[in-house]
Amino acid sequence: MSLRPDLAVIAGLIAPDTRVLDVGCGDGALLAALRADKRVDGRGIELSAANVAAAVARGLSVVQGDAGADLADYPADAFDVAILSNTLQAMAAPAAVLAELLRIARAAVVSFPNFGHWRVRVTLGLGGRMPVTRTLPVGWYETPNIHLCTIADFRALAATLGMRVDAAVYLTGDRPVGATAANLLAEQAVFVLRRG
Amino acid sequence: MPPLDQRADSDGRFGLDRRIRLKAPLPLDCGATLAAPEIAYETYGALSPAGDNAVLVCHALTGDQHVTGVHPRSGKPGWWSRLVGPGLPIDPARHLIICANVLGGCMGTSGPAHIDPATGQPYAMAFPVITIRDMVRAQARLLDHLGVERVLAVVGGSMGGMQALDWAVAYPDRVRAVVAVATAARHSAQNIAYHEVGRQAIMADPDWAGGAYYGGRAPLAGLAVARMAAHITYLSEAGLTAKFGRRLQGRDALSFGFDADFQVESYLRHQGLRFVERFDPNSYLYITRATDYFDLAEPHSGRLAAAFAGTRTRFAVISFDSDWLYPTAEARRIVRALNAANAAVSFVELSSPHGHDAFLLESPEMNRVVDGFLRVGTA
Repeated sequence: MSLRPDLAVIAGLIAPDTRVLDVGCGDGALLAALRADKRVDGRGIELSAANVAAAVARGLSVVQGDAGADLADYPADAFDVAILSNTLQAMAAPAAVLAELLRIARAAVVSFPNFGHWRVRVTLGLGGRMPVTRTLPVGWYETPNIHLCTIADFRALAATLGMRVDAAVYLTGDRPVGATAANLLAEQAVFVLRRG
Repeated sequence: MPPLDQRADSDGRFGLDRRIRLKAPLPLDCGATLAAPEIAYETYGALSPAGDNAVLVCHALTGDQHVTGVHPRSGKPGWWSRLVGPGLPIDPARHLIICANVLGGCMGTSGPAHIDPATGQPYAMAFPVITIRDMVRAQARLLDHLGVERVLAVVGGSMGGMQALDWAVAYPDRVRAVVAVATAARHSAQNIAYHEVGRQAIMADPDWAGGAYYGGRAPLAGLAVARMAAHITYLSEAGLTAKFGRRLQGRDALSFGFDADFQVESYLRHQGLRFVERFDPNSYLYITRATDYFDLAEPHSGRLAAAFAGTRTRFAVISFDSDWLYPTAEARRIVRALNAANAAVSFVELSSPHGHDAFLLESPEMNRVVDGFLRVGTA
């Protein structure tokens, strides 16, 4: 099974035999891979009924819901890891969601498109237009992404929230990018956060 | 070990149209006991050698044990033959399917129309008031009789979903999975209110006679009105509009009288008349009361999560967006509690124009979800 590049990176960051919550799990591709490869006890939250049906039909425990509202239902420390892949930028209250992730899980794995990527900067800075790129494929008037950030922004928010960055992986397409110039060269980032 | 189908044939406990009389008395929530209640049930398929493939299906308010196949009285397909049957998510080729008429019912299980051994007369209103838990207790006795220690799943819609949820609370070690469709963990004020209208319609019928109508004229007019009121709650406003609108029934103009001018009136009257042919009015009183009394959180000071604390049962909760009898908000309340209890829960709200009745109708999405959910760990 071939996973989206950021999901493959996330899968690599999850330890075997852990309890995992995938927030915005789609049709359950990542959870299914984690269950098969790492014997993970996985749960998911997903907005779309069709995706939930697909995930449950795979035998996964997935509830239809909204991460913005429904994370509050879970008790503290219910999971080892909470995953939020390519979703943070679409949340109404990203800081609150990150805080919730680290309340219900000991670690959070968060992936997001990097708004500091050079192509984004060029399109906006020189072209004067909102970027439409591989990781941001939808025009400004239709995109669900309302809270885009750069890698540097994300690090700053984590610091403000008193969260520790345990690991970070940067990607362009499916290729890794070094940390030095990641904010300029990476299209996507995957962060592992822990409570500070 | 002989082939599975021969085991089923040679063992009188299994098959269609079965009855048992429980040997030990059945204690009830109200404090009374039923000395030797009868349970009418059906089974389809056979218990696997490992004994791990039993699926208990629980019926709704006016359902019965004839869940699939041809109904022996009506000649129509069983009430859940779209979900239960060969090649379907609950399949006699893979599962031992068990469905019993609920306690208080009128299809063979002990209810108000049965003879009270103390008097030799029908119980009528001397039948003790029963609860969902009492129904579940009776089903547990049935499983004991069948030699089924633990079920793969308890599956039910509407009142059947209440039983399924209650199974996980009452007998957590006997239930590996629960499928609860179009249901709630409690009856709301609105649910109780509609049921009270139905009961008052029955009790206001002079033929009700304090419940002692057996051998005489039954309060069928009252029961028909009860059914008409309830039937409205099973449909959606949009569904009624699409099906009937304001169309007139067999006429071109208003009659300026009180005939069934409108198609929707004619339809409801028809539903009421058909229902009284198959249902006992006193059973309707008792079973509606049981659902009104249902509130899984009540023993836990209103904390539903506490009812499921420590559960290892897996849950699938399904609601329909046009169901206003047991709306999605009630399903979400169950899901929230299960999340808070760290339970393995799946939940989906499916789209249908058919209101509460959607759970009985063709729903490929529901079948897909139930099938995937039940296949976990059985592959």
